[in-house]
Formats: sequence, structure tokens, C-alpha cells
Amino acid sequence: MEIITGILTQLVHMALVIAGAPVLLGLVRLAKARLMGRRGPHPLQPWRDLRKLLGKRAVVAETASAVTHVAPWVALAAALLAAFLIPSFARGMVLAPLADLVLVAGLLALGRVAMALAALDAGTPFGGLGASREMAFAVFAEPALILAALTFSIIAGTTNIDAIAGAFQDGAVGVRVSLALALIAMLAIAVAENGRIPVDNPSTHLELTMVHEAMILEASAEQLAIWDYQAALRLMLWLSLIAAIFFPVGLAAPGAGPVAWLIGIGAYALKLGALGFALAVFESSIAKMRVFRVPEFVGAALLLGLLAAVLLFLSTGFA
Amino acid sequence: MLMALLALLIVLLALAAVGAWRAPWAGRVVHAGTAAVCGGFCVVAVLAMVLPPVAMTLPFGPFWGPAMIALDGLSAWFLLVLGLSGGAASLAALGSGTDWPPRLLLPWPAFLAGMALTLAAADAFTMLLGFEAMSLASWALVAAEHDRAENRRAARLYLVFAIFAAACLIPAMGLLAVGPEALGFAAIRETPPEGLRAALILALVVAGAGAKAGLVPFHAWLPLAHPAAPSHVSAAMSGAMTKVAIYVMARVLFDLCGPAQPLWWGVPLLALGAASALLGALRANVEDDSKVLLACSTIENIGLIVMAMGLALAFRGADLVPLAALAAGAAMLHALNHSVFKTLLFLGAGAVLHGALSRRLDSLGGLIKTMPWTTASVIVGAAAAAALPPLSGFASEWLLLQSLLAGWRTGALGFQIIVAAATAIAALSTALAAAAMVRFVGLAFLGRPRTPRAAGAAEHPGAERAALVALAALTVLLGILPAPLLDLAEGGVRLLVGGVDRPAPALLGIAAGDGAARLWPALVFLLLVVIGGGALVAIRVRRTRFIVSGPAWACGFNAPPPHLPFGDPLTQPSAAGLAQPLRRMLGGPLLGATERVTMPDPGDTGAATIVSRAEDPAFAWLLAPLARVRDALVVPAERLRDLSIRQYLMLSFALLIAMLALVAVLERG
Repeated sequence: MEIITGILTQLVHMALVIAGAPVLLGLVRLAKARLMGRRGPHPLQPWRDLRKLLGKRAVVAETASAVTHVAPWVALAAALLAAFLIPSFARGMVLAPLADLVLVAGLLALGRVAMALAALDAGTPFGGLGASREMAFAVFAEPALILAALTFSIIAGTTNIDAIAGAFQDGAVGVRVSLALALIAMLAIAVAENGRIPVDNPSTHLELTMVHEAMILEASAEQLAIWDYQAALRLMLWLSLIAAIFFPVGLAAPGAGPVAWLIGIGAYALKLGALGFALAVFESSIAKMRVFRVPEFVGAALLLGLLAAVLLFLSTGFA
Repeated sequence: MLMALLALLIVLLALAAVGAWRAPWAGRVVHAGTAAVCGGFCVVAVLAMVLPPVAMTLPFGPFWGPAMIALDGLSAWFLLVLGLSGGAASLAALGSGTDWPPRLLLPWPAFLAGMALTLAAADAFTMLLGFEAMSLASWALVAAEHDRAENRRAARLYLVFAIFAAACLIPAMGLLAVGPEALGFAAIRETPPEGLRAALILALVVAGAGAKAGLVPFHAWLPLAHPAAPSHVSAAMSGAMTKVAIYVMARVLFDLCGPAQPLWWGVPLLALGAASALLGALRANVEDDSKVLLACSTIENIGLIVMAMGLALAFRGADLVPLAALAAGAAMLHALNHSVFKTLLFLGAGAVLHGALSRRLDSLGGLIKTMPWTTASVIVGAAAAAALPPLSGFASEWLLLQSLLAGWRTGALGFQIIVAAATAIAALSTALAAAAMVRFVGLAFLGRPRTPRAAGAAEHPGAERAALVALAALTVLLGILPAPLLDLAEGGVRLLVGGVDRPAPALLGIAAGDGAARLWPALVFLLLVVIGGGALVAIRVRRTRFIVSGPAWACGFNAPPPHLPFGDPLTQPSAAGLAQPLRRMLGGPLLGATERVTMPDPGDTGAATIVSRAEDPAFAWLLAPLARVRDALVVPAERLRDLSIRQYLMLSFALLIAMLALVAVLERG
């Protein structure tokens, strides 16, 4: 019985993630447009774009190799697997024992490396520019994420996301300064990892400051669709991760029935909507940074993560 | 089993004798022989790990006692590392040329034999004998191509560090043994050192073995010496020799010094390991020579292994045996994984040097089209070095990160903070390694050829390619099967930290502890394949694919002029260009990186120039002051040459008196 509900939850979750990722992206774009006084595109516009791209003919650079053809699929598989692992509306999915935060960090790195290699494949200047910058930002973001994982693992005793969400949901943890610091760190990493303002501008093209878009300049049709889709998945994944760990309200318990699921799905939609709106507000109210200021931004997240762990040591030491 | 090992050692000596022969077939015989012997090492090692430990006293030895050899879980594990790395390197050497000079053929079997003897030794003298034979033979290999000035410089620096290592290890062994007849490991274990003597041994072994392993601050020789040797030697030096040094460190600090050492013993290892990981990974991002880059990545991985060892020591000191076993397992697994993928990467760089005639990243590019097998293998190795799941590097770095994340359980506030910082540095180094590997693969194998030679590169089929493909397959296999490997390493882990029941989840998974996080690498691999394949089917079903090839868009760049058939080289990122973000962000404080840009005046169509340089701090902070001290000492020492005969006689007489006085004091004490 437990296994059957686990599989069912997993399937619903997978459907939710696959269908929802572009919608979330569309909603963020819509919110941003409204905040800036424009009407903005329909929330389903990312899905329409994907359909359009999949119907087009692909043009691949003559200098490109097999890497250009394989890398999008690797990145897509990594992003999908990572997104499947992070609980959305219910705990106790069948893949929950696999949902380790360090593994998720590794899968994100896999997608990042695939994209950077694809960017370097055609031998164009913008690809190299984007790839080197993306890898450099990750050098600061990855340790910040691991330090946040350190804080969670001290409180919850494990780095398994499902178990962390369970421990935080029970409320035995209480409100802690360390968690607040870790939350700020995670938000900053999420912004950096998804190439949002102030680190990178997702709607820019043909600027020397761009990072993510520079890497996929040579991609077209199916490849571009896959890159865009995995970017949407990563945004969804990060917001789900933050929602599951810091706001586990409404998560259905393992083995719970359909009513709890419905509540969970509603809570999930609300949480993602709120986080997405917050992202839109943040992006609309801040200017993009110079590339070489970014390490200060992500480095601050790193320091906050370290501070969160040290505060935890001090508080448990005196308790 | 030990008889088999001895027989293999004797075969190696015979092969060294064959190598001295100047004959056209000598190269083939020596390399085929060493490949076979290394295969034998693997078999003996696996047998020794499955069967109970064995020991043997040889009928010969130094004049104060017989030599002893033994194989237990720990030495067998490192013998497996040696067998895999040395075997693949021999195979590649077999395929990459026939006209090897004796000065390369004679030391190569001796080098392997020295490493094997170090691992098999069961007394301090035999271990030092093997270690020094390894040092000397590898120096001869580094110095073999001495017609180039930079190789001579590398060999000289290497020799200095080898002597330094010996000058640290020999007194350390002397301090360990209570008397000349008690040099055997069994006798040493009965009287483990304590207090100041133990601390001195710790310092000497970390410096001595660390200098051989390339631990910061004793690493300056490594990025010079590893690239100077022929590629298969570089591969074995990075893949096997550094691990032998790690073995010596583990054997002395964990086994011979006894289990009663305090928690702080882990701190120097943790600190130096973190420094090595950071510095090595950062340097790998700014180097523009493929083999130097890989050597710097070796420093990083040695740092990670030493960090895991430091954690294991600390956990053992805090009586947290399961966590100590986790960290020790991480160290051993990463030693094996790093050995395999680094041997692969060095042999790949060797194949590139063989096929495209250059090590400089700025003269390569686009090799994926002319050397597809090499490129595919190197991408697998680079992905493992970048710790990407589900390859081998990820499994062992997962274990390392999990043991770092459990470091706070020791309870000492100072140590907790050190471990938190070490966790950040470990993750930072991993991300830096990923960036370095992307840069390496992207510059050498992807993109457009940067020189005509790169465009005309050719792959060499046969043994060279077979070695690469076999190592790549092994990298994947080690990545998805860490659980059986940890079972195999159980004996070694038990020897390092004491007996413990490892939490063993089913389905080839590994666990960080009871109730802690788990990882099923095989399942991750399977899921990635299923999800990727499923997505492929879902997207491509009922869709006819149109793919046309066209010139790269590059934001609308014009087509290159006809005299540039591979496009304008200036429009492709260079080694310095790809390194720029990290050089600017981290290179300033850590590598003293500087950058000077000269822009032409407005309206001038001349080229802008950029000059960037970065230097290892070891040269500025360690070697340069030492050189100054040496120069200051040389001048007074030189005066000794101009003494009169009376003064010379006085000097010898005074020395004699001093020695006699020393003997008198020692006898009385």
C-alpha cells in the first residue's frame, strides 16, 4: 500500500513538474510585465514557444560536433531527475530515499557542465564568454548550497530533502536565526543559478553582459526548445526546493489520501505563486550588476551559509 | 600469494635489465612485460583483500635483521591502485612508440618495483628502501628528456623535494622504532609513540610523505615534474606514485602510531588538504598547458583525499568510529577513483601530444572530429574529475562531503568551525575542478582547430586507444559500483579506524550512516538513462527531423576570409580568455594574478594586447626565501676552500673530538 501511494504520488508529482515548469516561467514573466506597466504575454506563452520551436527546422553550426547534439539531452535528463526528486505537494514519493541534497547539487552541476560544453562546441566567442562566466559563478554558488545543506543536516540529521521537509514540518525545529540566514543564502543562490537579475538578465540578447543566453546562441529549433525547457525546470526546481524546506506547510504526509493531496497541491501552487511573484518584484526593483560584482553577491550567500552553521554550533554548544 | 608478489618483483628487475639493452625490440618487451606484471598486481591485490592478511620474513635483508613483507587490506587496496594505473600506462606506452631509449626503459620497471616494494613492506627499512627506489627511478624518468632546459629545471627541483622527503621520513621511522631490531611493523605497533615523540612523527610524516604526494606547501615540484616526463610516466606518477605517498601517510599515522591519538591530529591534515584542494583547483583553471593543468588537478584531488584522512583521524580521536570509517572509506575510494580517471586524462593528454604534437591548449582545438575515441574517453574522465554523477568522482566526493557534513558531531567548537570552513572549501574546489575540466575539454577537443597541426591531428589505434577506452569504461563502472568496492576496502578501513558494521542499504547503494543520507549511484545512472531516453522518444515521436548545417551564427559575424580555412582564430576563446573570470575573481589574492591591458588610441585600428600572469605562491613564499638563505650560507661555506693546511687539520681534529664527545654522551645516557 505504502509503495502504491508512493508511486502514485511520484507520478502526480512528475506530471505536475513537467506541465507546470513553463507555466511558472510564464507567470513570472507576466508578473514582471505587469509590474513594469506592460500587458505582458499569456502565462501559457512558454508552452506555445516550445511547440513552435519543436516544429521548426534546426540549423546547426558547421563547426559543431556530436556534443551539440547530445548535451541538451544530458542537461534535460539531469534537470528532470533533480526536479522529480524534490517534494512538491506530498512527502513519501517512491524516489524520496534518493532525494539527497548533495545529489541534487551534483545533478545541477551535470546540467551546467553539459551546457558549458555545448557552448564551447561551435568555437564562437560568445559561447566561451558565457561558459567561463557560468562556471565561475557556480564556484561560489555550489559551496553556498553545501553550507546551507550543512545547516539542514545539523538540524534534521540528514541531507535527504524529504526527511528535512519532514523534520521541519513537525515544528520541533522552531524558528531559528540560522534558518533565516540559510533562507537568504538559498534565495541568493537560486537567483544566481537561474540567471535572474541582478546576476544575469533572462530577457536580454546580444549584450556583452549576458551569461546564460550567450551559451545557447547557436541552438535552434529542438535544441533551443530543450535548453529553454530545462531552464524553466531549474527555476521550478529551485523554488520547489525552497518551498519544501522552508515552508513545508500543507505537504501531505507519506501515505495520505487524495484529500490531503488536493490540499497539498493547492498549497504548492500558492507557495510557488508567492515565490514567483516575489522574484518578479525583486527583479523589477533592482538593476543588473556588473559581471565582476557578482562574486560579491554570491559570496555574501556563501558567508551567510557559513554564519548560519557557526551560529548553530554556538547555540547548541551553550544549550 | 606473497611468493607470487616476490616473483612479480623479480620479473620487474629482469625487465629493467632488458631495458638497459639497446635493441629495437626492448621497448615492446619491457612495456608488455610491465603491463602483464601490473595485471598480476591487480590479481594479487584482489586476492589479498578477500583472503586473510599474510606476512613473511625474507631470508635476506640489511645486516641488523631480515626484511619483512606483508599484504593486508590497506596495502592490497593501494596495490590494486598501482596495478590499474601502471598497467594502463604500460599499455599506452606499448602503443605509442617503439624507439624508446634505455634511459626511459631501465627506470620504468624499477619505478613500478619501488612502488610495489613500498606497499608490500612490513618493516621500516624495506618501506624506505622501496620509497627511495621509487623516488630515484622517477627522477631518472623526469630527467630522461634532459635536452630541454625546463625539464632539467623540473628534474632538479624534483630531486630537491625527493631528498627533503627522505630527510623527513628517515628520522620519522627512526623515531617510530625503539631499536634497530624493532624495525618491523609488528614490533612498532606494540610500542606506539606518545606525546612529543608522536607529534614529531606526525609533523615529519606529513612533510615527508606530503612532499611526495604534492601536498601544499610542498607541491611546487609537481606541476613542473609531472609534465616533464613522457605521458605514460606522468600518468603513473599522478595515478600511482602520489597514492603510494598517501599510503605511507596512512600506514604510519593510522596504523603504526596506534589508535590512541587525540582529535587534533586530524587538524593539520584537514588544513593542508583544504589548502591543497583550493590552490590546485584554482591553478588548474589558469594554466595553459594540458599536462600542467592535469598535474594541478592532481594536487586538488590529493588535497581532498588528505582532508578525508584528517577527518578520519579526528573522528577516531573523538571515538566516533562509524564516522571515522565513513571518512576513511571516502579517502580510499577517492584514491582509487582519482588514480583511474587521472591516469586516463594523462594518457589522453599523451594521445593528444602524440596525435596533434602539442600540449598547449592554445594550439589545439576541434580534436573531437579527428580523434573521436580519445575525446570521448577524455570527456568521461573529465566528467569524473568534475565530480558529476553518476561517474566515479561523484561517489567518492559524496562520501567526503557527507563525512564533512557530519564533522560537527565531534562536539569541539573549534573543530566544528574548522570543519565548516573545510566543507566550504571542499565544495568550492569541486566546483573549481568542474570549471577547469570544462576549460580543458572545451579548449583542446571542442571548437575549431587553432593551428594547422591540430586540424591535421590523427588518432593512433591499437594499444594506446585500448588503454583509454578501458579506463573510461572502468571510470563509469567504479562510479556506479561504489558499494561492492567499499566492501572490498572493508579490511583496509578496519585497519585504519577499527572494526565497524557499515550500514548497508540494498541495490548497490552507499549510506552516510544510520538514518543519514543514502546514495544509489546505479539507480541514478539508470534513471538518467531512462528519463533521457523517455524524453527523446516523447519529443521525437512522429516528428520528422530537419537538421541543416550552416555557418556558425555568432551574433552575425561575417564569414572568415578564404585564407583562414578554420575561421579567424581571434574569434575563438583562448586559454587565457576562458580563465579570465576566475583569474580576476580569485586569482588576485591567491595566485598574485595580474593583468595589463593596452588599448590602442581611439581611431587606431591596431590590436589591443592583454598580458596576464599568475604564479604559485609557493615560489614567492617558500622557494625564493629558501634560495636567499642558501645564497647567504654559500658565501661563508665557500671560504672553507681557502683554508691553510693547519686550519684543515684543526677542523678534522675538532670534528673527531666532537664525535667522540657525542658518543660519550650517548653511551652515558
